Amino acid sequence: MERVEVRQNVLKENDRIAAELRAGFRDRRTLCLNLISSPGAGKTSLLEKTLEAFAGGRRKAAVLTGDIQTDRDAARLARYGFPALQITTGGTCHLDASMVRKALCDLPPGPLDVLFIENVGNLVCPASYDLGEDAKVVVLSVAEGDDKPLKYPSIFSRAAVMLLHKVDLLPYTTFSLDAARADAHRVNPSLEIIETSCVGPPGLAGWLRWLDARMNQRG
Amino acid sequence: MHELGIAQTIFSSVLEEARAHGGGRVARIGLRIGELSGVNAEALRFSFEITVQGTDLERAELDIEEVPLGFRCTRCEHEFKVVDYQTACPACGSTDTRAVRGDELQIAYLELE
Repeated sequence: MERVEVRQNVLKENDRIAAELRAGFRDRRTLCLNLISSPGAGKTSLLEKTLEAFAGGRRKAAVLTGDIQTDRDAARLARYGFPALQITTGGTCHLDASMVRKALCDLPPGPLDVLFIENVGNLVCPASYDLGEDAKVVVLSVAEGDDKPLKYPSIFSRAAVMLLHKVDLLPYTTFSLDAARADAHRVNPSLEIIETSCVGPPGLAGWLRWLDARMNQRG
Repeated sequence: MHELGIAQTIFSSVLEEARAHGGGRVARIGLRIGELSGVNAEALRFSFEITVQGTDLERAELDIEEVPLGFRCTRCEHEFKVVDYQTACPACGSTDTRAVRGDELQIAYLELE
């Protein structure tokens, strides 16, 4: 009997493509962000407001948006003067690196400061599939309950930043910001946490500052 | 999470590795599944049994090592197992700690005849 040490990631093929993508983003000096949340947390609206803030400025952005069906999100996001491409998975509940690689072929060439990848709405599976991103951004809206960080430790522990979103709705929910923050930090002590809202204070100021800092780090 | 798809990927990877090492019969497959990987070991075992039926791997034993979540303290370098998401260092109390184990989804080893 011969024992062979293998030590191979099961998702090695995805990891290989993701590593190629990561190197490509680095060469192009593009900050790549993978936005992950439950369906309806507000990723698309957040990106719309973000692109609106970028419009007319010096930063170049693009979006890849993933859904099981429809191109509604790409249609919404394309209205701000930046490329917005839809990835329709047809059934797969997460994006993977090969889908991103294929979609990138349709992005126009030229400098790109930031590529937003809006993942399929799902707090589970996207956590495990590297897309070559610089950081995972998890969006948790206050309408979803403050217990989600402990219930979904995989994504909250792998994210670099959590957007506590729709804080305008706080008066109408029992969501505790303190509880959500404390639990998120139990799962991931280094998680940055930013409160956001598309319709009221504090708006997206914290998120835009975070983006700016990350883009500047890129050089 | 996708245990059937993962079982199928393991199946092809194992066959490929066995071929690369002389093509002997695979007697045992060692997997490491971390607590944070999102994969349920029992569901994976079940999916794997379905996948290998009628194939060369039908009689291979599956040895699944479940790896608990482990953190390391940046301040004092103490490594500890995390229970109930208490991630503060039990040795020095620092909250500047990082996950170092528990994320694995790996084919660890094969035993070939």
